Amino acid sequence: MNKLLKIGNGVPALLFLFLLVFTGCRSGVRGENKEADSLAVTRSDAAVYEDIKQAEKIFYTLPSPLESAMLIKSAGAVFDEDLLNPVDNTRNYNTNKSMALNLGIYTCDLSFASLYDQTQLIINYMNAAKKMADGLGILDAISDEDVEKLEANIHDREVIMDIVSQTYMNSNSYLEENGQPAIAAIVLTGGWIEGLYISTQLVDMKDFDNNKLVGRIIDQKLSIDILLRLLEGSKGHPAIDEIMAQIRKVKTVFDKIQVTTTPVRPEYDQAANVTVLKSEIKAELSPDVFTELARTVTEIRSNLIK
Amino acid sequence: MRRLKIVTVLMLFILASGASVNGQCKAFAKKTCLPELGSYTHDGNYHATTLTVGEEAELYKTFYSDMEYRLAVCGDEGLPPVEFTVIDANKNILFSSRQANYPKYWDFRLESSQQLRIVLKVSTSGSQGEIPPSGCVAIMFGFKIK
Repeated sequence: MNKLLKIGNGVPALLFLFLLVFTGCRSGVRGENKEADSLAVTRSDAAVYEDIKQAEKIFYTLPSPLESAMLIKSAGAVFDEDLLNPVDNTRNYNTNKSMALNLGIYTCDLSFASLYDQTQLIINYMNAAKKMADGLGILDAISDEDVEKLEANIHDREVIMDIVSQTYMNSNSYLEENGQPAIAAIVLTGGWIEGLYISTQLVDMKDFDNNKLVGRIIDQKLSIDILLRLLEGSKGHPAIDEIMAQIRKVKTVFDKIQVTTTPVRPEYDQAANVTVLKSEIKAELSPDVFTELARTVTEIRSNLIK
Repeated sequence: MRRLKIVTVLMLFILASGASVNGQCKAFAKKTCLPELGSYTHDGNYHATTLTVGEEAELYKTFYSDMEYRLAVCGDEGLPPVEFTVIDANKNILFSSRQANYPKYWDFRLESSQQLRIVLKVSTSGSQGEIPPSGCVAIMFGFKIK
């Protein structure tokens, strides 16, 4: 009887353990996603259309520093080292907020330098980003081996881009998986603002009309709501609230830009083996609004790199 | 005292299980999904989580004109196929992996920049056990200049 009792107590305990592990994992996913940058989980057995309508949680992702730098380069912009945040500033960043912001900023600068083959700057900015990641306690985001591999392949842009991409992924995956979604969001914000800052500074006002870089800046209007919603996921965190107030200033200017697009039509390009999403965009950005945007972004970025 | 020990062991086990699942998804994303990007440059963003059959994940991202993208979606071996659907801002479905026989990736480019939504769902097909399987699902983006 005694044994039976023991077994009887053990079964619920095992069941309890199983439920804890199982639901713990699941709630971990939900909890993580509740605050994380990019994935939401919902349960539904209905058809796709209904699923979409019933989606309860939506999360957002921004262009990465590497993608932002690629957009700037593809617009034909020239490299200007003076626009980057000096690496000597690393000694000024001692708080989690400043280190996270400048991890994003230095990663964007690193990406920018990488795409323009600025060999010494690549090494300097990788080390600056490493200091920020180490300061945030992000284990092995950028290892000594990564830096050595970078130095050994300093003239191979493809390898450098792979290293930049992987170290950035190491940082944001570590933060997301270790319950620091607010810090992860701040890193992304830093990278996004830096990309926007560099873009706005590189626009030649004498060549404003039909400037491809201006078009890239207008495109960022599509991302500002994504950024705000991403930050809203960590609302109440003092650093996030401060940053949201700054980003809203940028949104106020972006709201002055009129953008209209025609419906998207997917067409398969058999020769290239890709689907082309066909549509047309019409945007109106006056030089005055652009100047206001550039000024606003510069002010914010100046505060971030102090 | 013995109960305290048991509870402590159980708690450690639970914590270790959670950490292990997360770590596995990161490793899974790197090992399984990253190679699917092929010649495209990974943007560096990380999106992976654990899903159970029938569950969905949803992602919003802006995609830019003049870039070619590869969207790769991977699910753990024990999971049924992971469906992904690409939807524009007007809720039009631009691509459904289910209709294309569940490819692991989709290559596309845009004539004008767009904000798109990607809905992932672990399909219910082939799942008949009492306990629905659960596993890592990752979505990754690669790009190159057109």
